[in-house]
Amino acid sequence: MYGTGIIRGLRITLKNLLLPSRMFTLHQYPDRKVGILWLAQNADINPLKYVLANPGKSIRAIIGLETVEDRQPKHPRFRGEEFTWYEQRCTGCASCAKYCPLGIIRIVTEPSGNAMPEGEKYGIEVFDIDIGRCMFCGLCVEACPYDALHLGSGFEEGTYKREELVIDIDRLRKSRKKPSTWFRPQLEEKSYDPGIGRDVDWTEAGRHESPSSDDQAAKWAKR
Amino acid sequence: MELGFRNIHAFVSGILPDGLEWIAFSISGIFLALVVINALVGVAALYTWFERRVLGRFQSRLGPNRWGPFGLLQPLADIIKLITKEDISPNSADRIVSTLAPIALLVPAFLVFAIIPFGTNSFLGDLNVGVLFIMGVTGMNTFGIFMGGWGSRNKYAMLGAMRGVAMLVSYEVPMALALAGAVLLAGSLSLSGIVASQTLPFLIVQPLGFLVFIIAASAEMSRAPFDMIEAESELTGGYHTEFSGIKFAIFQLAEFMAPLVTAAILTVVFLGGSRGPDLIPGQVWFILKALAATFLLLWIRATWPRLRVDQIMGFAWKGLFPLALLNIFLIAAEIQFFQSGGIEPIGVSTLLIMSGINWLVTGIAIYILANVLGQPSLQPKKPVPSPLANMYAEAE
Amino acid sequence: MPIRTEPVTINLGPQHPSTHGVFRLRVTFDGEEVIDLEPVFGYLHRGTEKLAEERTYTQIVTLTDRLDYESAMSNNLGYVTALEKLGGIEVPERAMYLRVISVELQRIASHLVFTGFFLQELGTFVTMLMYCFRERERILDLFEMLCGARITVSYMRPGGLTQDAPSDFWPALNDFLEDMPGYIDELEELITRNEIVLSRTRDVGVLDPEVAIDASISGPILRASGVQWDLRKADPYEIYSEMDFEIPIGATGDCFDRYIVRLQEMRESVKIIKQCVDKIPDGTVKTDGAFFMRPPEGDAYGCVEAPRGELGFYIVSDGGISPYRCKIRSPSFINTTMLRDMIVGGKMSDLIVIFGSLAVNMGEVDR
Repeated sequence: MYGTGIIRGLRITLKNLLLPSRMFTLHQYPDRKVGILWLAQNADINPLKYVLANPGKSIRAIIGLETVEDRQPKHPRFRGEEFTWYEQRCTGCASCAKYCPLGIIRIVTEPSGNAMPEGEKYGIEVFDIDIGRCMFCGLCVEACPYDALHLGSGFEEGTYKREELVIDIDRLRKSRKKPSTWFRPQLEEKSYDPGIGRDVDWTEAGRHESPSSDDQAAKWAKR
Repeated sequence: MELGFRNIHAFVSGILPDGLEWIAFSISGIFLALVVINALVGVAALYTWFERRVLGRFQSRLGPNRWGPFGLLQPLADIIKLITKEDISPNSADRIVSTLAPIALLVPAFLVFAIIPFGTNSFLGDLNVGVLFIMGVTGMNTFGIFMGGWGSRNKYAMLGAMRGVAMLVSYEVPMALALAGAVLLAGSLSLSGIVASQTLPFLIVQPLGFLVFIIAASAEMSRAPFDMIEAESELTGGYHTEFSGIKFAIFQLAEFMAPLVTAAILTVVFLGGSRGPDLIPGQVWFILKALAATFLLLWIRATWPRLRVDQIMGFAWKGLFPLALLNIFLIAAEIQFFQSGGIEPIGVSTLLIMSGINWLVTGIAIYILANVLGQPSLQPKKPVPSPLANMYAEAE
Repeated sequence: MPIRTEPVTINLGPQHPSTHGVFRLRVTFDGEEVIDLEPVFGYLHRGTEKLAEERTYTQIVTLTDRLDYESAMSNNLGYVTALEKLGGIEVPERAMYLRVISVELQRIASHLVFTGFFLQELGTFVTMLMYCFRERERILDLFEMLCGARITVSYMRPGGLTQDAPSDFWPALNDFLEDMPGYIDELEELITRNEIVLSRTRDVGVLDPEVAIDASISGPILRASGVQWDLRKADPYEIYSEMDFEIPIGATGDCFDRYIVRLQEMRESVKIIKQCVDKIPDGTVKTDGAFFMRPPEGDAYGCVEAPRGELGFYIVSDGGISPYRCKIRSPSFINTTMLRDMIVGGKMSDLIVIFGSLAVNMGEVDR
């Protein structure tokens, strides 16, 4: 009958209002308001006991001021900001700079004496990545023959100035080594998760222990 | 203790010397008006929180939750933000009209509350022509909307205002007729008289009147599915497109007052007002019923899309108007039949019989009307592949 | 005394809630009725075609993400299809299956966005939008598993894909496929029989099949007019020839049909993905050595059935590392050509509904 369709619509919205499984899709970011029940459950004691034990926190929870940190869970492959770079692995070949569609990676190298046990290596003076223009396509990571450059796992790089968005070599050296597993099957095989995992050492990050001239020749002559 | 005009008046005239009766009268009036208006603004602010929160849950969002416990201080934050914002108006706007427009929209909403009986004795004034007063005062918001649309010299606002005038005037008619049914049954134009006569809530006795009233009222306050006055997706805000700062705040206040006004009238006329079992006070019954009514309005807002202009007008005149007339005829005939010339109030058993008849007639009337209005073109058609460029039809 | 009236011209846009980006419609109204209309676009022009001439073939993949940002996977596929035709590159079978899975997921996501915004324009105060986005979120999570990004995926490469799917992708995909029909049922119950939606969209903005074909309109809009044309069947690419699915068509070609065709396409997509999950073989997902490519001199046109219609890339190569010319046939742009004929004579509300039912994406119109 005419008119039943809109009534049925009302039923669906009511279902969405009441069913807890259909309720939330949004994360409260960056922190989540928690109630007293949640706190007690977290501490694994009776809510009443919890109230008696820490009354201050309980009052804050009742008037809605108690928060816990809440982050959107990310997949290990998430292509985040703050690149992870291993100086020990980098030869300064600038493949990443060549492959960047926007040309935002700048590398200046010099012939260097501190060569790795095998293979040639340049000393790297400048390694700037302008993540203000970066679109995190990951082509630089894909291009890197020695797995020296990885995408990071964070996404909170907001700054007040565009200049601060240029990641220079010092920041790359100092930054936490929590690489994304995107295009790095060796990390994925170890089921590494940058969200919960530890920092990754340069020896673990690569597909091969140390790049040799033969490796290079094999890799580049084919292309 | 009931806080009423008489108590305050008696108190004030007790303090004042004799011969200054008019001062006592004005002081108590102004005091009460101040209390009620401020309380209403507070309630409207709380209602914005309620509406946004419940709407958020309907839409599987969270709603405002950051500022204060459960986001309860959000209205305060909004008000501070809107008041401190710059009041911008277009260069060619009609300053006087556009400044008066928010006030013209807000005042009727407050005026209605002057005669709403919140409890048996809790009201500002018991007007013996209460229903007429409501009709007259709610009709005023047409001016507010048109002033806003005209004064801001914006084409979107103008379109919204024109739509508004056409729609509001049309929906006055079924709304008045729906109220007339209740008036007939109660035998009184005063709102407390209507409440007193509802031994059985009029929702049960005259469902048709309730239906017509709630549809017409949601059109009167231009909420979904009749929200074509503001129609965000079409008119980017309608009549209040060009308003900012405090003027916009007042428009928003008026907009959020509208459901409260509607819920209050609905409660008084159709849900039995403050009547209810004596477990809890009448005022609480009133608030609970009004909350239920606002929830119904919210639910509809969260679910239904908007109708088109011509459909809204057609619905008013072709759908609601006949239904409202039918309701009046039905009630009048029943009163004539059951009351048989007497003037004593109708008993509950008689009301139950009447409601039985009315529900039956309502069902039949809506069924017939639905099948008349529901054009056959709305039935799904079976798709037929077009012979043009149709490679699969040949293969099969 | 006759009342003097005059038509009013309103600029709908560039900033307007229902123009899907920065689109401008110069509309002349006679009261509520539209008597003339002129679309103005170019506000989102980023010169993708010209930029492509200065990028290597692999780098262009990242540009295609930004064309129709609601269906980046399909754009990726359209580009690599053309390029593979040009370079004669073989694609591993597993890669083709994964491509089809991701493209069909993207189709569902794009149609969900359409449904949400269409209902938003009809006037449901963001309710349906939130419901649709809630479902779409799960697809985006799947994309995040596949390629680390949610919108601008850059997942496909000439000769395959960047990466195989991770092990936790398959259970998540199966969960999603189990839930999705229920979601569609819910949407259908909420919208399809809703009398308000019906009365707003039935017989509004009717596009005749003859006109649609003449204007080279493609995709769900063409199918809503009753023309059974789908590149997945008409010119099967990837592994669509092995898939068993139907092409839904509409009865009259009005706004409602455009909605219902998309809704049914979502069901068909779920069906296709299920078949792919059953059939997917093991193996590599990328041809080795395709990262640096210099296709031979010549040209190629590759097209796929994107969620909005036929998305084609015409690439001319001069033998260098970047294309000499890269022309994009974007479905949204061509689908807007009939806007004036559909809208004129309708009410203002119809204008919004008709424009919404076309589901144009300004990133693609302006390129």
